[in-house]
Amino acid sequence: MTPPTTSPALDHVHVTVPAHGHAPQGGLSHFLSTYVFSKDHKVIGLQFLFSTLLWFLIGGLLALAVRWQVAWPWSPVPVLGKLFAQEGGQMAPEFYTMLFTMHATVMIFLVIIPILAGAFGNFLIPLMIGADDMAFPTLNMLSYWFMWPAFIAFGASFFVEGGAAAGGWTSYPPLSTNVASSPGSGWGQTLWLLGLTFVGVSSMLGSVNYMTTIILMRAPGMTMFRLPMTIWAMFITAVLQAFALPVLTAAGFMQLADRLFATGFFSPEGNIVNNAVPGPGGGQPLLWQHLFWFYSHPAVYIMILPAMGMVSDILTCFARKPLFGYRPMVYSIAGIAGLGFIVWGHHMFMSGMNPALGITFMVSTMMIALPSAVKTFNWLGTLWGGRIQFTTAMLFAMSFVSMFIIGGLSGIFMAATPVDIFIHDTYFIVAHFHYVLFAGTAMGVWAAIYFWFPKMFGRTMNEFWGKVHFFLTFIFLNGTFFTMHILGAVGFPRRLADAYHYETFHHLQPMNAFMTWCAIGMVATQIIFAANFIYSMFWGPVAGRNPWNANGLEWTAPSPPGHGNFDYQPIVYRGPYEYSVPGVDKDHLMQTDPPNAAASAAAATAH
Amino acid sequence: MGKRLAGMFWALLFLAVPVLGVATFAIAPSINVWLPKDVSEHGRNIDSLFYFILVLTGVVFVATEVLLFWFIWKYDAAKARGPATYIHGSHTLEVVWTIIPAATLLFLAIYQMNAWADVKMRRPAMSPTVEVVARQFEWRLRYPGRDGTLGSADDLFLVNDLHLPIDEDVLIQLKSMDVLHSFFLPHVRIKQDAVPGMKIPVWFKAREEGAFDIVCAELCGWGHYKMKGRVTYESRAKFDAWLERKYAEQEATQPPAEAADVALAR
Repeated sequence: MTPPTTSPALDHVHVTVPAHGHAPQGGLSHFLSTYVFSKDHKVIGLQFLFSTLLWFLIGGLLALAVRWQVAWPWSPVPVLGKLFAQEGGQMAPEFYTMLFTMHATVMIFLVIIPILAGAFGNFLIPLMIGADDMAFPTLNMLSYWFMWPAFIAFGASFFVEGGAAAGGWTSYPPLSTNVASSPGSGWGQTLWLLGLTFVGVSSMLGSVNYMTTIILMRAPGMTMFRLPMTIWAMFITAVLQAFALPVLTAAGFMQLADRLFATGFFSPEGNIVNNAVPGPGGGQPLLWQHLFWFYSHPAVYIMILPAMGMVSDILTCFARKPLFGYRPMVYSIAGIAGLGFIVWGHHMFMSGMNPALGITFMVSTMMIALPSAVKTFNWLGTLWGGRIQFTTAMLFAMSFVSMFIIGGLSGIFMAATPVDIFIHDTYFIVAHFHYVLFAGTAMGVWAAIYFWFPKMFGRTMNEFWGKVHFFLTFIFLNGTFFTMHILGAVGFPRRLADAYHYETFHHLQPMNAFMTWCAIGMVATQIIFAANFIYSMFWGPVAGRNPWNANGLEWTAPSPPGHGNFDYQPIVYRGPYEYSVPGVDKDHLMQTDPPNAAASAAAATAH
Repeated sequence: MGKRLAGMFWALLFLAVPVLGVATFAIAPSINVWLPKDVSEHGRNIDSLFYFILVLTGVVFVATEVLLFWFIWKYDAAKARGPATYIHGSHTLEVVWTIIPAATLLFLAIYQMNAWADVKMRRPAMSPTVEVVARQFEWRLRYPGRDGTLGSADDLFLVNDLHLPIDEDVLIQLKSMDVLHSFFLPHVRIKQDAVPGMKIPVWFKAREEGAFDIVCAELCGWGHYKMKGRVTYESRAKFDAWLERKYAEQEATQPPAEAADVALAR
């Protein structure tokens, strides 16, 4: 490694990090240890990124198949129709239930959670805190490779008899535990539970690693309150994972035991499904819902907090302005995480749970809107008085704020228990979580990809095509998802293969057709992104260490950083958001810029 | 100049969010994509809470989105002069925008409680008008018959064709035979999951005659989409006459209270 020639005032630091010992170049074992079973957090991060982006494509295509059926029920399906030629290319209703189950499963467990924690958590945590790698590189490698049994289990489940799981991503028993209750309740459901368990193992390995790394391996001077918001979010997300995940894992094994050994944890006595012989009983279907949501509600925040953190970093960089209210931003993430553990019952207002408990959960759910509101106000405060640069990453980050406002506010309708009576399980909730998870998290992920791409590959993505990608995605996503709110107001139920035979809903087909066209446009737009991504990886303009003039430690390392990350030991003198500091001749002060340089620059401009 | 135009373009794109958002909600009722007709007593409370939250969130939505637009418009680096404002936050603002939403949200939660209790907690003291047993993929109904008790010899069994009297409380005993279902009556703003192993009471008062859909709102298997029933609200006199007619039909077509049926429906 050669020392940087355009060193950002690092000349006084004499500690160099030696290149790590390496096997001799060349040979299969070298290739395997460098690119396949690598213990380097950056390679693992990229492995997660590529895997999750491929699953993102699969999840998107599943969504299109779902949308096709909703817009034009029972009409021959293009391309996919060849699979069921004997039915004239028509989709069977059990195939439709499988599609939406697997769409949600893929998007949540194989895309959103691993792309945030696995891809960006891995890539960014050591770089942003100034560490040479994760605390436990081998665990880190395993956290990626434990995803593969999950990929295989979920992937293979499409090809087993009865097809993949079709009990909804929430997998409510008895539909999911009783093999007689649906075709997808056969091997597909068993594989689904195994896949889920492996995703859990992977998340837990990552979580332990992230917490340890962030607590113990920060560079000199990097106090907790000098951490970038991305790292705070990743840290709190890791804590959430560690505390919530064991409950899901246990519940998953209980459901597996119900299916394989007829334990009956979740089945009441005399539960006759489809005239099959009833199981032993003695269980309670609601128990699963409590256990499932005890994990899966915190998981909703696992799926948004890292995006919030990354968006905060991107907004400050391209507004050239310090983050408004750094500490309130940290406290509100912590508040969301803490309250996140006592709101799970809002998924169960209509479930038959004690209605008095519903009141308790309504109050906690209403209150969790507070930290989200505080975050939104602080993002607006960050933009106020800034000098906004319209890069692709910034456009995606600002759209995150704009869309999160919609997703946050629509949540209040469902938190209000009486209103939820009507809109529960309608398209209103579908609109709500797509605004949070697609229009929020996915847009935040795109912002992060455009922003950190130069650090990952040493090249910049094409800005023009990036903006085209942003513009079309933004238009189509709102065309698809905003209309779902008013569909929900009619009471249009989710998960129905065909709702138009109901008098109440028969007039809604044209609107659904419009939404499906928008969804097709949204998926097609991603071709632009894929082409830009692949082209730029190899032929994009070469980026320097710090193409955006940002402040974080990752921008002092080479692009892409070598094994061990930093060629100099970074020393941190300030927080990550010192943009446009008065009296400094450049508009950003990196975390590593020594105070004397800043002071002398200030003195120079003062005279 | 090109850069300034680009900045305006993006700012206006963000302005389109509140403009089109409000427009969508404004147009929706006139194209009949809106709350269906409500014929229940408590439904107006639920609807007015919906409108209350809609107005409240609508104001916050427009205010924050317009602010976002305005900041993007005004603080475009190609337009604004001088460096960005160097500020790390404002304690006063943080306090203000924490306390006001906190108080509003708490108020909102408390304000909902009464309506919720009416629908789900203040059960009228009466015996069930009808028992609804959900099953893949139909609604099995059992009326108590002349003696007013369920499980006796004169029970009336029907499928998917629910009739209920208006202008009086009705109490439905909701059960499921197999998997989870959800008993959704959009036009009286009622929804309740049916859970195997549980007997869940559902009550309301209809105030207008008419026939409407019964929808299953919880995934119950491949035939979930076709688990459709009809509910007819009618005057007490018509309801009683209908019960008599249906009972006579049942007597004529099958032996009374077949043992297997009673066992199945329990």
